[in-house]
Amino acid sequence: MTTATKTDAALFEFALRMGDNAVVLAQRVGAWCGHAPAIEEDIAFANVALDLIGQTRMWLGLAGEIEGKGRDADQLAFLRDARAYRNALLVEQPNVDFAHTLMRQFLFDAWHHPMLVALKSSADARVADIAEKAEKEARYHLERSEDLIIRLGDGTEESRQRMQAALDALYPFAGELCAADALDADLAARKIAPDLGALGERYLAYLKSTLADATLTAPVGAAVRKGGKQGLHSEHLGYILADMQFLQRAYPGATW
Amino acid sequence: MKNEWPLWEVFIRGQHGLAHRHVGSLHAPDAEMAVMNARDVYTRRNEGVSIWVVKAQDITASAPGDKEPLFDPSNSKIYRHPTFFDIPEEVGHM
Amino acid sequence: MYAQEVKSTGERPKTLDEMAPQERAFQLRVDADIKIEPKEWMPEGYRKTLIRQISQHAHSEIVGQLPEGNWITRAPTLERKAILIAKVQDEAGHGLYLYCAAETLGVSRDALTEQLLAGKAKYSSIFNYPTLTWADIGAIGWLVDGAAIMNQVQLQKCSYGPYSRAMIRICKEESFHQRQGYDILLKLCAGTAEQKEMAQDALNRWWQPSLMMFGPPDGDSVHSAQSMAWKIKPMSNDDLRQKFVDQTVPQADYLGLKVPDPDLKWNEAKKGYDYGAIDWNEFYEVLKGNGPCNKERMEARQKAWDDGAWYREGLMAHARKSAARKLAAE
Repeated sequence: MTTATKTDAALFEFALRMGDNAVVLAQRVGAWCGHAPAIEEDIAFANVALDLIGQTRMWLGLAGEIEGKGRDADQLAFLRDARAYRNALLVEQPNVDFAHTLMRQFLFDAWHHPMLVALKSSADARVADIAEKAEKEARYHLERSEDLIIRLGDGTEESRQRMQAALDALYPFAGELCAADALDADLAARKIAPDLGALGERYLAYLKSTLADATLTAPVGAAVRKGGKQGLHSEHLGYILADMQFLQRAYPGATW
Repeated sequence: MKNEWPLWEVFIRGQHGLAHRHVGSLHAPDAEMAVMNARDVYTRRNEGVSIWVVKAQDITASAPGDKEPLFDPSNSKIYRHPTFFDIPEEVGHM
Repeated sequence: MYAQEVKSTGERPKTLDEMAPQERAFQLRVDADIKIEPKEWMPEGYRKTLIRQISQHAHSEIVGQLPEGNWITRAPTLERKAILIAKVQDEAGHGLYLYCAAETLGVSRDALTEQLLAGKAKYSSIFNYPTLTWADIGAIGWLVDGAAIMNQVQLQKCSYGPYSRAMIRICKEESFHQRQGYDILLKLCAGTAEQKEMAQDALNRWWQPSLMMFGPPDGDSVHSAQSMAWKIKPMSNDDLRQKFVDQTVPQADYLGLKVPDPDLKWNEAKKGYDYGAIDWNEFYEVLKGNGPCNKERMEARQKAWDDGAWYREGLMAHARKSAARKLAAE
C-alpha cells in the first residue's frame, strides 16, 4: 500500500517534470513565431513548438490521471503557480537572441532525445507509450539543433561569437537535466526511468564532441545551476506563467 | 546581394509510389539545409517520403521558343488523353 | 483583399486589334484560359503588375503573422495554442509560396523584403489594427480569413501559372483557418456574459476594416479593368464585398451577435444585403501609414530582418566553407 502510494506520487512528479519542460520551452519557442531570421526557420521552429505542446498534453494528461483528482492537462498547465512547476531552469531562460534560443534548444534536445529513448523501455506502459511517440519528434529536433550549432559555430566570426556567448550563458543550466535527486533514484530503481548518472556521462561526452565540431568551448568550472525540478525557479518563470495563464486567471471557470 | 540564400526547387515522392513531383521552392544556404527545410515547409515532415532538391539555377528548361516542336507531336497523339475514349455512362467512373 | 489597389499600367486595356501580334497571341492565350508560364513572352505591364500584386499578397501574409502571433503565448488552452501556432505557421508558409511565385518573374525575395521595409511596398490595411482580446483571434479567422478566402478561391484560376499553383496550395491548407476562428467565437458566445461581450466587441471593431479589405469601389478604375482583362483579378471589389456581406451576416446571426451597421438590411430585389457607407478616409489613412499599428508592424519586421542578418550570413558562410572543403578533398 505504502509502496503504491509512493510510486504514484513519484510518478506524478516525474510526469510533471517532463510535461513542464515541454510547456515552458514551447512558450519560449512559440514566441518566435513571426519573428525568426528567415521564413524557412520560422516554419521549422513552429513545428518544434507544436511538437512540444503535443508532448505537454500527453505528460500532463498522464500526471492528472495518476493524481486522480480530476485535473486535466489544461488545468495543470494553466492553474499551477511557479512554485508548483517542475521544469528544469534551462528551459525558462529567456530567448535573448536566436543564438541563445538555439543553444538552449540544443542543450535540451541533446538530453531529451536519449532520455526518451531510455523511457521507451520504461516499466510503466503509459510512460513507454508517450516516449515512443515523443522520441521520433525529439530525434528530429536534435538533428536540426545539432546541425545548426555546428554550422553557426563554424560560420562567420560574428556567428561564432554569438554561439559562444550563448554557450557561456546557458551551459551552467545543462547539468540540472542529469542531476539525480531521491525521486530520480527511486524511479530508476523501479525501472520506470533511466539512471540519470549514466545518461549524464553520455550527455557530457556527446556535448564535448559536438561542441568541438562547432569550434565552441564549454566554460570550465562553471557551477551547476539547479532547483527547477524541485520547484525553485529563476525569476523568469513567473513572467512566463503570467503571460500564459492570463485568460484562465482573469476569467475563472470560463471555457474557451 | 551575395548573402542571399540560393533558391531551390523541391520535388517530393509521396507514399503512393508516384514519381517525384515538383511541389514548390524555398531558400536555403546549401543542399542539406534545403532538404531539412523542405521537410518542414512542404511535408510537415511526414515520414516515408523522399525529397529531392535542385538548385533552381541548375535546372535546364526547354526554351519557350522550342515549345511548338517539342510538344506538338505528342499533342497529335490524342489517344494518350483519357477523354479521347468515350466510355458509356453505365460503366461508371473510370 | 490581401492585395488592395494594385496599380497596373494606368491605361485602359487595348482591344485585340490595337495589339501587336505578340501581345495579341498572349491575350488570346489568356482568353482561352491557357496558363502563362515564367519564361514565356508577356507584356511588361503584366509582369510588373503581377510582381506588385503577388508581393503585396506575400507581404500581407508575413505581416499578418504579427497580430495573431501576439496571442500565441496567451492562448487560453493547450489546444488553442497549438491551433494558433499552426495557423500563424501556415501564414509564413503562404508568404513563402507567394514570394517564390514572384521570384519566377525575375525579382529576388530579399529585394522584395527590402521594398517592404523601405515603405515602398504595401500590405493589406487589415493588419494595422490591434488584437486587443482573445475574441480578436476569433474575429480575424472568421472575418479576415473569410474575406481573403473569397478572393483566393477565385485566384486559383488566374492566368499566371506559378501564382495559380501557389493559390491552389494555399486554399487547400487554409480551409481550417476560417473555421477555427468561427469556432473560437462559438465558444465565447456560448460562454459567460463577459465572453459574449468580448465577442461582440471584436465584431464591432473588425467589421468595417474587414469590408475595407476588398478595396474601394473600382467601378471605373483603369487598373482593375486591365487586371481583369489579364485574368489576375477575378471579380470587382464591390462584387466580392457583397458576396462577403451576404455570406457573413447569417453567420453573425447564428452566433447571436449584432453586425455593427444600422443601415444593414435585406434587399429582396437584389437578393442580398444593403450595407452602410464605408469610411474610405480611414482606409486611405491606414494605407498611408497612419493606422493604429502600422509603426509597430514595420518595426517588428525590421527587427526580425536586422536581428536575423548574422544568422543568415553565418549559415551562408558555413555553406561556402564546407563546399570549399569538399572540393579540396576531391
